[in-house]
Amino acid sequence: MGDIVISLKDAVVSYREDVALRGVSLEVERGEFIGIIGPNGAGKTTLLTVVNDLGKLVHGQARVLGVPVCRRNGIKLRKRIGYVAQAENIDPRLPISVRETVMVGYYGRLGLFHRPTEDQWKNVDRVLDLVGLSHLSRRPIGHLSGGEYQRAAIARALVQQPEIFLLDEPTASVDPQAQREILSLIQLIHSQYHMTTLFVTHDLETLPSICQRLVLMREGQIWKEGSPGEMLGEEVLRQLYEAGVSVPAEGGSGKFPRCGW
Amino acid sequence: MGMDLSVFQYQFMQNAVLAGLCGGVTCSIVGVFVVTMHLSFIGICIAHAAFAGALLGVWLGFNPLIGALIFSLASAGIIGPMADRGELNPDTSIGIVFSLMLGLAFLFMGLMPGARTEALSLFWGSILTVNGGNLIFLATVMVVIVALLVIFYKEIQAVICHRQVALAVGIPATLVFYGLLFSTGVSVAASLPTIGGLLIYSLILNPAAAAYQLTYNLKRMILIAVAFGVASCWVGVAASYLLDLPSGASIVITSSVIFGLAAAFSPKRKVKKWQRGPAS
Repeated sequence: MGDIVISLKDAVVSYREDVALRGVSLEVERGEFIGIIGPNGAGKTTLLTVVNDLGKLVHGQARVLGVPVCRRNGIKLRKRIGYVAQAENIDPRLPISVRETVMVGYYGRLGLFHRPTEDQWKNVDRVLDLVGLSHLSRRPIGHLSGGEYQRAAIARALVQQPEIFLLDEPTASVDPQAQREILSLIQLIHSQYHMTTLFVTHDLETLPSICQRLVLMREGQIWKEGSPGEMLGEEVLRQLYEAGVSVPAEGGSGKFPRCGW
Repeated sequence: MGMDLSVFQYQFMQNAVLAGLCGGVTCSIVGVFVVTMHLSFIGICIAHAAFAGALLGVWLGFNPLIGALIFSLASAGIIGPMADRGELNPDTSIGIVFSLMLGLAFLFMGLMPGARTEALSLFWGSILTVNGGNLIFLATVMVVIVALLVIFYKEIQAVICHRQVALAVGIPATLVFYGLLFSTGVSVAASLPTIGGLLIYSLILNPAAAAYQLTYNLKRMILIAVAFGVASCWVGVAASYLLDLPSGASIVITSSVIFGLAAAFSPKRKVKKWQRGPAS
């Protein structure tokens, strides 16, 4: 068994009367790329927020990067975890540029009373170049398209130099071309940095082909987990989504079958 | 014909100019926080809480500034979690606290014996009669707010522009957020005797909202808001003295005119038109 960086045991999360996670146990090894799929409301986002302590456990245990996830460790842990949330509506008049937004990724690690250095600004520019946003770096963040905004969010998480990368539906609400670009970028980043990555999606067409393991979630629980080959069978997916699933031979994001329902 | 500047020899006018500077700077800076976070209603609520607290002070015979400070900080401490936890729609919960504060203000006013002159001055404010104690408090609050802004600029920028992101990258975003709400409370309390309880919030909102129309750069927005806030106070003081108008009203009307001009000539209007365009 390799180095376990995420360990959840019987994790339960509830938002008032709604139980979002019902006794989830999961172990993730360092460097693994895991896809988490399931229908809307299955608890996928909540699972990610348990890892970075934005979602609070009401029962069970979570251990991430060798430390127990709790209120005392939350801020320290989040500095080491890059989190790309679902695309949000952003005020187009917000007084902050793309470059400044990406620099926010450094702020947690920098700590209070420290200002970003020239080298860190240069690094921000390098990361913006990597995600293909150099030409938009001075633009107000609210002027970006959905796909550009998600790439900026990925850049912001990257400048954090995270040990764990959490991606929550990074391709939702963007056009197919932008989806392909974001998926290529995520695969490129994993091949370069080998970060432990949890990738959440409800849309199988946007599942990166580099997934080493798939976790299938339903009604707040892990329903099945295994290799993509085992988990992407037509019958398994039909049961997961409780709907007709077609699995054409053509690949959606590369290696995996294209699935629609 | 030269302007007669002899009026500035008088202590009351020097105090008014200094109070305009301190009040304009302080209110405009916290205005940038609440306008950028889209929390204007929270600011209005805190302002009315300060007003109620000051009236309680007048009624019970203690310093109104202390009452304003306690009520504004308490309201910030109550409203923040109510808005965050989402147990009620934030607009509903803040609206309830807002109406309660207004009700308390009128209750304290009604229970006061005598002529209520001091209480009425808290309604409208009077920058021309600001006393040394109030001025020192206001100047101290200004220095503290400016110092906090300079020291914690990067955290404040992250929280007011991207609060959830700030939380996710390991910034103590909740602490910063409550710090900003409490700063708003203290600024309102300090400016209350000068600007007046019913008008103070306009001086917080208008200069910042005007600056928000004019730039995409936060540092520039703060500087523009401060310039607008101080200009509103000084033009308001001059109009009040020269035309014998109520000072608080003059200041607020000046700041509203500045906002109207900024909105009319805002380069960001193109963005709104662009958003409504064929892409939407």
